[in-house]
Amino acid sequence: MTDHPAHLAPVTAPRDRAAGAGWRRFLADWASDRNAFKGVSWGKAMMWVFLLSDTFIFGCFLVAYMTVRMSTTVPWPNTSEAFALSIGGTEVPLILIAIMTFVLISSSGTMALAVHYGYLRDRRKAGTLMLVTALFGACFVGMQAFEWTKLIREGVRPWGNPWGAPQFGSTFFMITGFHGTHVTIGVIFLIILARKVLRGDFDSGRRGFFTSRKGRYETIEIMGLYWHFVDLVWVFIFAFFYLW
Amino acid sequence: MAEATVHAEASKPAGAPVPTDTQHHPVKLYLAVWGWLFVLSTCSYLVDYVGLHGWLRWTLIVLFMLLKAGLIVAIFMHMAWERLTLIYAILLPPLLVLVFVGIMATEANYTLLTRMLYYGGGN
Repeated sequence: MTDHPAHLAPVTAPRDRAAGAGWRRFLADWASDRNAFKGVSWGKAMMWVFLLSDTFIFGCFLVAYMTVRMSTTVPWPNTSEAFALSIGGTEVPLILIAIMTFVLISSSGTMALAVHYGYLRDRRKAGTLMLVTALFGACFVGMQAFEWTKLIREGVRPWGNPWGAPQFGSTFFMITGFHGTHVTIGVIFLIILARKVLRGDFDSGRRGFFTSRKGRYETIEIMGLYWHFVDLVWVFIFAFFYLW
Repeated sequence: MAEATVHAEASKPAGAPVPTDTQHHPVKLYLAVWGWLFVLSTCSYLVDYVGLHGWLRWTLIVLFMLLKAGLIVAIFMHMAWERLTLIYAILLPPLLVLVFVGIMATEANYTLLTRMLYYGGGN
């Protein structure tokens, strides 16, 4: 790889993978003083803990959806038809949701590359890729707004809909609304961070306007963790809410 | 260089342009994962498009979902290269949600039963 200097050899075979050694380190890490997550910065560990708590929130939403769908005596609306779009006169099932899925996956791809170029100290590429990621994210939210508008026009409400079980509307607005909020917050933070990266804040040591602390390129990876998590949640929503 | 001073401030070894413990992997790997995510998403969309039903449909949906989730967490979120301490601290707790799923599935079946018995199938 041309953009991959020798001193940046990928960590393909960490010492962790040797049989037994990983477990000994696992026990040593947890038994040690002060800091269990060795080699993981404070910011990254806290982002992971936040994402874990967010997993439980979305987990509760999906469990609630499962419960109401299993316990209703009224047939559940056919999502394949409810989310169909007519393109050139033919109804294509679930097509908007499929496009939204591809858009979000693409945004995850550009985000992963942004992290990569951030560590190479290529701030122009890293910043641009983050802006592209934000654009994909905004695109996703836009399509979601379109989808909500379409369904609301067709008479879907949190308390009822023309096709079947009334719980469909409440779970739909709750789950996709909460996910869309996450995407929106991610887009805002991506734009703020991309501005810092492009301006060279992490090279010049310029202090942040809110924290008054100097940033590091690792911030892009931490931002990336959040963004990939949003994509991850969509994988589960796509499977359980739209396809099931 | 300004870069070196930033590193010294961040208690990283000064002089090295990139700390060796950072998550840095070849672009090719990310592009491959990106491609696979597209393929798997297409597959899960096709499950609906072709109109599979019953257990085959549910098995395929869950299979593609888990493969996609695994790729995102392992490669994009770099979990494959983290120490076991972090991996288990983050990935084991969500499994407890499965216990919750079991409890609520039982509860939902009971609710359905009472609705059928006492409300004549009303919602």
